[in-house]
Amino acid sequence: MRYQRRAAAVGLIAASALLLGACGSDENAGGGGVSAAPGVTCGGKPDLRSSGSSAQNNAMTRFVATYQQTCQGQTLNYTPSGSGAGRNEFLGGQTDFAGSDSALKDGDETTRAEQRCASPAWNLPLVFGPVAIAYNLPGVTDLVLDGPTAARVFNGQVATWNDPAIAALNPGKQLPAAPIVVNFRSDESGTTENFQKYLVAASNGAYGKEAGQTFNGGVGAGARGSQGVADATRNTPNSVTYVESSFAQRGGLGVAQIINSGGGQPVPLTAETVGNAINNVQVEGEGNDLKLNLDSLYQANAPGAYPIALATYEIVCSNYADDQTATAVRAFLQTALSPGAQQALPEAGYVPLPEQFKQRMTTAVNAIQ
Amino acid sequence: MTERTTEQAPPQGPRDEDPAAGSATLDTVTDPGPARGGRSRGSSSGGRGERVFRGLTSGSGLLVVVAIAAIGLFLLVQAVPSLMANNANFFTSPLFDTRDPANLNFGIRDLVVVTVLSSLFALVLAMPVALGIALFLTHYAPRRVARPFAYVIDLLAAVPSIIYGLWGIAVLAPALLPVATWLQGNLGWFFLFAPGNLPVLTGTIFTGGVVLAVMILPIITAVTREVFAQTPRFHIEAAQALGATRWEVIRMAVLPYGRSGYIAGSMLGLGRALGETIAVLIVIRAATTPSNFSLFDGGYTFASLIASAASEFSQPLPTGAYIAAGLVLFVLTFVVNAIARVIAGGKVNG
Repeated sequence: MRYQRRAAAVGLIAASALLLGACGSDENAGGGGVSAAPGVTCGGKPDLRSSGSSAQNNAMTRFVATYQQTCQGQTLNYTPSGSGAGRNEFLGGQTDFAGSDSALKDGDETTRAEQRCASPAWNLPLVFGPVAIAYNLPGVTDLVLDGPTAARVFNGQVATWNDPAIAALNPGKQLPAAPIVVNFRSDESGTTENFQKYLVAASNGAYGKEAGQTFNGGVGAGARGSQGVADATRNTPNSVTYVESSFAQRGGLGVAQIINSGGGQPVPLTAETVGNAINNVQVEGEGNDLKLNLDSLYQANAPGAYPIALATYEIVCSNYADDQTATAVRAFLQTALSPGAQQALPEAGYVPLPEQFKQRMTTAVNAIQ
Repeated sequence: MTERTTEQAPPQGPRDEDPAAGSATLDTVTDPGPARGGRSRGSSSGGRGERVFRGLTSGSGLLVVVAIAAIGLFLLVQAVPSLMANNANFFTSPLFDTRDPANLNFGIRDLVVVTVLSSLFALVLAMPVALGIALFLTHYAPRRVARPFAYVIDLLAAVPSIIYGLWGIAVLAPALLPVATWLQGNLGWFFLFAPGNLPVLTGTIFTGGVVLAVMILPIITAVTREVFAQTPRFHIEAAQALGATRWEVIRMAVLPYGRSGYIAGSMLGLGRALGETIAVLIVIRAATTPSNFSLFDGGYTFASLIASAASEFSQPLPTGAYIAAGLVLFVLTFVVNAIARVIAGGKVNG
């Protein structure tokens, strides 16, 4: 018995060492170079609470680090419990604002949000994460796809790499005759939902499946989480997946260039090209409610606009019952929009907001009461 | 000679007498003794102590039963509304679609297939190995070697299942690829090795089953080892006196004595395999088409499906669908335990 316990203890130590090792390689919150931000009015409630989308968690940890430096003694506790849970907790009054992959749904949710706030709630798209079509194709770099072809790859109609549809977009490249292995997210995720919305919007009906939090393409093998699909793609030759760009880069995967709905040249995935698409996005909400018309993002037709990005919102009250909370929420969002916080985003796999769009966000944030 | 000893050694004879005799003597010594003494001394505190202690013990016993019943009831109550709203056949549909609360379509066919296939495959792999290890440790290995070796086996049980999952998908799956390819190429006519519903041969039930086998190995080994070690000395010596070789001793004395414990240990292992969550979730890839009853299928087990969706439980009806799946797993585990008890002849040592 004693020996068993000792054995268990040794095992635990070994295991925790492994776990710690694993954690060590993960990115740490608020890495160097985060500077205090100007133009922020600190004050109000010292400890804000928020929860929701895990897609924006890495951005939030950086924002929080900047917030703590800018406003001494102030902090925010963000729990990445999932968008649905985040919206529910906000509507239930347990949190001060929600992080969510999608805006409040019209109808019941919007009504409940108005009751919770005693004022309209605003959807503020603060964090944009570009989604890459990442591939593992020995011997091929700079793969080019467009909306309709991507849609037919992800619904199985284009089943081999040397299919004429792909070959037409990639003249002069040695495409293997191998079958395409599609790796998809098996868990419900905002990335899957947004990527499928892109496939629906940009393919002129070629996708032919519904967009949802689960993958509906009907082909391929599922893996869990962004890390799961990135690993699966790295380990499986001739496979392709969709994943947040940071995972594709870290996994050393190829990232397809996209010909957007305007035709023209293939657009690589960079902060600048995603910014071009964000600047051209249409806002569906009224006034300071910046709910986006995502189709206008996915169908971006400006030259040099990369059309696949996941927009995550902060859902806030336009007029908080408690002034202290309003001041703190405003200060936090002002911090998040400050240059220092925005500069830290690319290393976490997000894109900084382009100047034009940031102006609109700043106006909205400053109007929170 | 050997014939007679095999007849004598099997369970019924000495083993049944032994515990019975033992408990009888215990009863006569302990039970009436203190009770009578307490009463004759007429001390009320002794009587109260007796009642308090009896209350505590029977309370603890009841608590377990009540807790199990409460869990069952909770699962049932939560599941019924979703089952009523289900548009698909709960037992035969391979779909598990709860995206639209107003149009639930969920069934457990594939969950049962993946859960049972992966667990049974793990059991088939782990049982002979565990038997071999247990026999080696108790009857072949010198004491010096046996002890540290046993700790190493126990250490396997201390490794967190997420580690097994990561090891399974990152290390084991690529290593098993040639084996899987060979099996499918040469034995593909047999339904278990037929092409599955995944486009790849890594991250299948096959891979998951091997991972599960490693995970349940220490449980089966530990229980079996303990039982084998308790084989009555005189059984072994009697066999040796009759000129039995070591293998014959094991076959005539150790195996019959330890059979029920071995089966009980295996069932404990099977229970763990059925309920294993995170390792399976990481290792077995999700598929888009129904299962082909092949070991090269992908999909979800009950536990991994629930875990994969747990973060999105926000509406009662879809949540209830997963709880209904949990209820089936709950019942399945009971059935497995019941079968184990029947096989072990009601004498479960584990």
